[in-house]
Amino acid sequence: MNGETIFIEGGRVIDPASGTDGVRTVVLRDGRIAEVAERWERPRDVRAIDARGRWVVPGLVDLHVHLREPGQEYKETVETGARAAVAGGFTAVCAMPNTSPVNDNASVTELMLARAAAAGLARVYPVGCISRGLKGEELAEYGELKSAGCVALSDDGKPVTSSALMRRALEYARAFELPVTVHEEDLGLVGKGVMNEGPTATRLGLKGIPTASEEVMVLRDIALAELTGGRLHVAHLSSAGSVRAVRDAKRRGLRVSAEATPHHLTLTDEDVARSRYDTSFKMNPPLRSAADVRAVREGLADGTIDCIATDHAPHSAVEKDLEFEAAANGIVGLETAFAVCLALVREGALSETRLVEAFTIAAARAFGLPGGTLARGAPADVAILDPGLTWRCDPGRFRSKGRNSPWKDALLVGRCTHTLVGGRLVHELDRGEP
Amino acid sequence: MIGRHRHLIGLEPLSREEIVGVLQLAISMKEVLRRPIKKVPTLRGKAVVNLFFEASTRTRTSFETAAKILSADALNWTSASSSVTKGETLVDTARNIEAMHPDVLVIRHPAGGAPQLVADHVSCAVVSAGDGAHEHPSQGLLDLYTLAEHFSGVRGKAVGEKGAAPNFGSIAGKTIAIVGDVSHSRVARSDLHGFTKLGARVRVCGPPTMIPQGMETLGATVHYQLREAVEGADAVVMLRIQHERIGDPLIPGTREYSKFWGLNEKKAAEWLTPGCVILHPGPVNRGVELAPEVADGARSVILDQVENGVAIRMAILYLLAGGAQGAHTSAAEGAARS
Repeated sequence: MNGETIFIEGGRVIDPASGTDGVRTVVLRDGRIAEVAERWERPRDVRAIDARGRWVVPGLVDLHVHLREPGQEYKETVETGARAAVAGGFTAVCAMPNTSPVNDNASVTELMLARAAAAGLARVYPVGCISRGLKGEELAEYGELKSAGCVALSDDGKPVTSSALMRRALEYARAFELPVTVHEEDLGLVGKGVMNEGPTATRLGLKGIPTASEEVMVLRDIALAELTGGRLHVAHLSSAGSVRAVRDAKRRGLRVSAEATPHHLTLTDEDVARSRYDTSFKMNPPLRSAADVRAVREGLADGTIDCIATDHAPHSAVEKDLEFEAAANGIVGLETAFAVCLALVREGALSETRLVEAFTIAAARAFGLPGGTLARGAPADVAILDPGLTWRCDPGRFRSKGRNSPWKDALLVGRCTHTLVGGRLVHELDRGEP
Repeated sequence: MIGRHRHLIGLEPLSREEIVGVLQLAISMKEVLRRPIKKVPTLRGKAVVNLFFEASTRTRTSFETAAKILSADALNWTSASSSVTKGETLVDTARNIEAMHPDVLVIRHPAGGAPQLVADHVSCAVVSAGDGAHEHPSQGLLDLYTLAEHFSGVRGKAVGEKGAAPNFGSIAGKTIAIVGDVSHSRVARSDLHGFTKLGARVRVCGPPTMIPQGMETLGATVHYQLREAVEGADAVVMLRIQHERIGDPLIPGTREYSKFWGLNEKKAAEWLTPGCVILHPGPVNRGVELAPEVADGARSVILDQVENGVAIRMAILYLLAGGAQGAHTSAAEGAARS
């Protein structure tokens, strides 16, 4: 990308892929990691970033974001989404295809990539549709999508209701080695539900969504992955039953991976009541019970759930400033993910190494993406994170256009201070912030 | 203000004392209601807007009557459709109405949480007149008032007569059954909060498809057999089976429902204790949840509920329209004497 050499000095390098954890100097040259060493002599005129007291980790990789372009640029654009990504330490994001028009053809894929290149911030990897037009009826053209740059397939936002189509998708995608990432819900069981079914929904008088609506589909797709030998990736897994199903599938050697979101790892359905129907706590799948959150945390810790993905879903006030049942699903997450998940380490639910792994190499491996490591020769995608920095979450200062964050006004600990993509500094935390 | 609260969104957030405060005030309001000249100047110059997004005759008329007796100006804003289909958001509608400077906004809406959303965006007091399957706080309060009248033996006595005031402590220790489609019922939720806060034991009963999760955590016992729920109960609240609310196939039909969960004279005679009264939030589906003989029979306190509803809503409007600054009880008594 760029011929400049940069030294990142004095930071604690945590690179689970290479087993490194200690104070190192990281040398970036020609867009690649040139060296990671305990001491490395810096030539006089070479630029250095002082990372003392901070973590130096591979740039974070997010398998699940909604960048809204083309079609809903008032919510987010590839550029604002990529800006939010690098502000949160993410150097690569996978953009879901439920844009307008949807990403079921090369021209939409190419448009996203062109916008991403023009922005010159995070790497953007488009995800193509499983079904043409996101209609759930016939297969999209996976070969064309892959050639144009798609890295995975998804009808995200919608389940693939037809088991027959899902079977063919898993089979056909094998020819192109594309993972099929699924949004799991049985729409009949969901009905008009708007939050997790349980005592809190009963108290609030809101229609519930049972965890079984997710689990029956996860179990179906695991059976189809077994039938077809296809690559299944379960998006935003939210229930204890889903964790059990994926754990069992992995034990049986199936090609199944899974992700969990920061909110499903830290918030519960009771937060909907606590916030008094705040629509920033409305998403799909909904926030679940405390027991589900415990199970999802355990699944992440033991590797059943491979990685953390934000499901960054910006909406404007037009979609959110409504009755809870009428509001759109989804919250933004790129700029808060690290701090929110770092709390899991403080609470003893996760080791520091596993946290970094789940944000980096584990995500990259799930979709076969480059990066996720600071090994010599890898792309020079690096995040410098301050694990002790306390800041007040002010959505008004987000780089994202979305303001729909359940962490509004929360005091968060942990923040990205520098992000480098291909050896280029693309984000540096303003000293005036927080 | 109702205790610490500027709005009345539900009974769940209220303390026992705050609930009893409203009930106590309703005693003098009921006395005003029964006068030959039903008008006091207490809320003169205050404006109450009834903002109804759902059909309702009884509740709206009750709030309107309550406002007029207290000399407030009552205005009805009815919208057949909810905000989304109409193109104007609820928040916009509320702000528009607020620009007309009402003192109290009474809102009924099909979405749970809608009154809270409105309260978050306006500066006047907000009263929920029922939101989705969440709460119907004024109904919960009027049910408490009606029960207390019965339990303290003042039913039928002239208000103001010595010893005619209901004792709200009489609800403690009583057993009350709530029967019907609890899952879709805001009345059931407000009743449950109100009854348990005043010390009653609550049983909920209905087909399992109509009993939502977590009833036990809200302090009720769950029963699927009607007999088990009503035997030994001191009062039974029969809920309306609302055809229009049943989106899922919760029951095969009203005939079977009536047979197993409806109350007719025979079951009432065999299973209910002699003193057990029957409440219903109305309107009654005669022949479905209640046989006509039972709805009109000696155990029925349905019309008491309607009358007490006006008194309760007078008390609510009085407290929230700023009629009560500090010593509300004496002020209200002043109003009642005037």
